[in-house]
Amino acid sequence: MKQVLEFEKPLVKAREELEELRRKQALKNTSKVTLAIADLEKKLAELQEETYANLSPWQRVQIARHIQRPYMLDYARLCFDEFVELHGDRHIGDDNAMPGGFATLNGQRVMLIGQQKGRDTKENLLRNFGSAHPEGYRKALRLMRMAEKFGLPVICMIDTPGAFPGIGAEERNIAEAIAFNLLEMMKIRTPMVSVVIGEGGSGGALGIGVTDRVIMLENAYYSVISPEGCAAILWKHRQHAPEAAQALKLSAPDLMELGIIDHIVPEPHGGAHHDHHAVAASLKSALVSALAELTPLGSEELLQKRYEKFRAYGKFTEGE
Amino acid sequence: MGLFSKRSVSDLGEKKKDMPEGLWVKCPSCGESLYESALAKNLRVCTQCGHHFTMSSGERIAALVDEGTFEEIDANLDSVNALGFKDYLAKVKAYQVKTGLKEAVVTGRARIDGTPVVLAIMDFRFLGASMGSVVGEKITRAIETATREKCSVIIFSASGGARMHEGILSLMQMAKTCGALARHGEAKLPYISVLTHPTTGGVTASFATVGDLILAEPKCMIGFAGPRVVKETTHSDLPPGFQTAEFMMEHGLVDMIIQRPVMRETLAKLLKYVQQEKKAA
Ligand SMILES: [Zn+2]
Repeated sequence: MKQVLEFEKPLVKAREELEELRRKQALKNTSKVTLAIADLEKKLAELQEETYANLSPWQRVQIARHIQRPYMLDYARLCFDEFVELHGDRHIGDDNAMPGGFATLNGQRVMLIGQQKGRDTKENLLRNFGSAHPEGYRKALRLMRMAEKFGLPVICMIDTPGAFPGIGAEERNIAEAIAFNLLEMMKIRTPMVSVVIGEGGSGGALGIGVTDRVIMLENAYYSVISPEGCAAILWKHRQHAPEAAQALKLSAPDLMELGIIDHIVPEPHGGAHHDHHAVAASLKSALVSALAELTPLGSEELLQKRYEKFRAYGKFTEGE
Repeated sequence: MGLFSKRSVSDLGEKKKDMPEGLWVKCPSCGESLYESALAKNLRVCTQCGHHFTMSSGERIAALVDEGTFEEIDANLDSVNALGFKDYLAKVKAYQVKTGLKEAVVTGRARIDGTPVVLAIMDFRFLGASMGSVVGEKITRAIETATREKCSVIIFSASGGARMHEGILSLMQMAKTCGALARHGEAKLPYISVLTHPTTGGVTASFATVGDLILAEPKCMIGFAGPRVVKETTHSDLPPGFQTAEFMMEHGLVDMIIQRPVMRETLAKLLKYVQQEKKAA
């Protein structure tokens, strides 16, 4: 089943009408039908341009959550020559919301870690909608440390509505698992790149996001709180999520302007879900060039720059 | 983050501050009526049942440090409306007037039983002690000051989480503070984290839970997500005592639960284990 976003419905309707006319034309071609087709094609192109050229932050959030959007394991297949999944945090269990393992990018050996969502009920049961438990964050850190030990760069793919707010997660100190990652990632002595491929949900996203380069897909979002959550608190109703999405400056162009991300990977017209191969190719080249920039740096320089990058975040004034 | 809204915390202790001296305060835990002045004298701990009321940063500093040793640092940082969030600075201003504080954390040098330390005290009365750029910067600078001066940093946390009015900049304060702690730790210098009611969201998921030592005040709420969110997500009843200091100690997060009246002597004792005695410059 194809998911149609609300703002895309006029487009879908126009496409269906066009199909209908073409069917008619196939049966019996008249100049009237030919004209109608040409007219509709023009309108569709305009409508498409209008819809996709100025996506609002809330529309981007919807694209970022689209169930046909490529997920971490899709990119593992599409961008990498090989992915060898490794399992478990060595303490409690294996978190399927946070797969990770060795991968080869354009001939270069790396460690690939990320959040994975599911497309149906069965998959989401396994992947917990991309919301990792403490075990996921601890597995991620275990793999990062192994990468450091064997001199491999780390690539993290961020795609989560947030770390899981469940009873077991709280009991096993989800907050500490994230906090410990923030602290320890600052010390990993190999190049690290993260890319927000879909949802960058708060601390759960940042928990694998303290990296030398932070890349974002064009329609991904990265935010301190979900637009719905923010709307519920500040506007007193979730219905105001579109305004909250605007106010939070969570879209890739806004975050680029705020200096939070280093690079935006363009998506096909209308979003990554329209062409997995095209977006994977763009992402791959962005990852390859980020690693090419970072690989020549010595580990001391890498750590110093990583520290300075995050040290600089924040806006305030200072009086006498 | 910021899931735990300020309004859902029952005993803010805010109203009491506005009451004139001599009024009664009702303990939310045992229901006993307490004299405001007696409560203040008892470090805002209920004389009947030991309930710990919210305490201002000023009161806390007075109760902790050697008399006359507190020297505030970075007192002049002010929030800006980086995202252009509607009414944000008006809100900050209102809390400044209400609390007499400039922001939600007070930092400075002090001595505890002679040992030099750098303190950061979050004040829940100020916008739920949410962490924006100023809070993150002041805490980071406090850690860096301690690293430079080779002494311990002690952070008293209380927070509703990240400050959503500063969006992603708030989130990044989590990484910034933890980065400073990474360096402090590499210099083999101590960090003592003290959790007070309530410590939640982005503060719990950053500096508050990575102390060499993690202490907590009795029954204080400690959590990542707010209890209501957990309940709604899991569709199940929460276990008894969920997200309290006692619960988190049972689950391995907290080293010690310390009653407020013995907090100073406990810190003094612990500091002597982790910090070489030094004369401050
Ligand atoms: Zn009482």
